[in-house]
Amino acid sequence: MAKVVGGIGTSHVPSIGKAYDMGQQEEPDWKPVFDTYKPVQKWLADLKPDVAIVVYNDHGSSMFFDKYPTFAIGAADTYPIGDEGWGPRPLPAVPGNPEFSWHLAEELVYNEFDMTVCQELSVEHGFLVPMNLCFPHEPNWPVKTVPIAVNVIQHPLPTAMRCYKLGQAIRQAVEACEDDLRVVIFGTGGMSHQLNGTRFGHLNTAFDNDFLDKIETDPLALTKLTHQEIMEEAGAEAVELIMWLTMRGALSDDLTRVHRNYYAPMTTGMGLIALEENA
Amino acid sequence: MAAQRDKSRTIPGTTIFDGVESRKGYRINKFAMSFTKPKNREAFTADEEAYMDSWSLSEQERQFLRDRDYRGLIEECGGNIYMIMKLGTCTGHGLYHVGAQLRGQTFKEFMATRTASGAR
Ligand SMILES: [Fe+2]
Repeated sequence: MAKVVGGIGTSHVPSIGKAYDMGQQEEPDWKPVFDTYKPVQKWLADLKPDVAIVVYNDHGSSMFFDKYPTFAIGAADTYPIGDEGWGPRPLPAVPGNPEFSWHLAEELVYNEFDMTVCQELSVEHGFLVPMNLCFPHEPNWPVKTVPIAVNVIQHPLPTAMRCYKLGQAIRQAVEACEDDLRVVIFGTGGMSHQLNGTRFGHLNTAFDNDFLDKIETDPLALTKLTHQEIMEEAGAEAVELIMWLTMRGALSDDLTRVHRNYYAPMTTGMGLIALEENA
Repeated sequence: MAAQRDKSRTIPGTTIFDGVESRKGYRINKFAMSFTKPKNREAFTADEEAYMDSWSLSEQERQFLRDRDYRGLIEECGGNIYMIMKLGTCTGHGLYHVGAQLRGQTFKEFMATRTASGAR
């Protein structure tokens, strides 16, 4: 039987990818970002997941507002590196597990989560920055992936509770798979940030740290947040944090926190939490 | 149905990208999305006016593009920040240049408000 063995909440700030590609890992203001992922890389190497389910949003790489799905799931052999307007990053294409993706899609849809299934999907910073930071990838990635894309950029967005319930349904779907797969799930995005208006650059470190506390110990409290509350407190783009609830919904409450970090150097609260299933 | 947004409580200095903005911004966002194709970036760089001609943009949108007025594109024309950012390779302007404009500051003034601006 397949099982969920751990979950990671992480920001996916695109500038981290650019800094990585330019070899700026040791620069003083960047070093804290890259160093804090090292224990998580080590933990994942020991945990040996077969599949990473990555809950992210497409910021206009594969998806546009002509038809922007609320929930979508990748079901491809390979996910090419997308061109977001500045050329594809120099990373190897990311392998998929289409049989497992279709299994998840069937379970989720019959469980009343109506996913859009994507057989061609290029992936971008929302997906790639977390993967890049958490896994070695030369010459190839050590895990297969299932991208799950959530609309967090064009309101109306799914509610925080809906995202959490999607996570619960993902766990059930994973456990309904006969194959012995070890699965980790990523919730990506946020934390506090705003990228429009005169409030551009708004940060709320108190909100972010409280969110990091509660994602571990009291996720149900976070499911009650409305988009309005998240945006007022933490900035318009902070609504991305609802994707962390999908990750958390896929975990049990019998967890060990392996790592946690917070750093807000520029315009985004960069959060990181790694949670391992005890059983 | 629990209300997710309270439209009577506008958030100061904030534009929420919803159906109203997405309808208003459809043209400029589709134009900006075209920059995900190298041939379109090359065409814009080669002849901006000719490339803009090939899209049905309003004169206001075209003028904001000529002026590199990202505040205008986002706040007046419905531009989505993630789409507008795609113009950056051709215009040479990154997120923090756009952000400084949105805040009505110079790049330097904006950078001075950040705690570790080397992580840019
Ligand atoms: Fe994002």
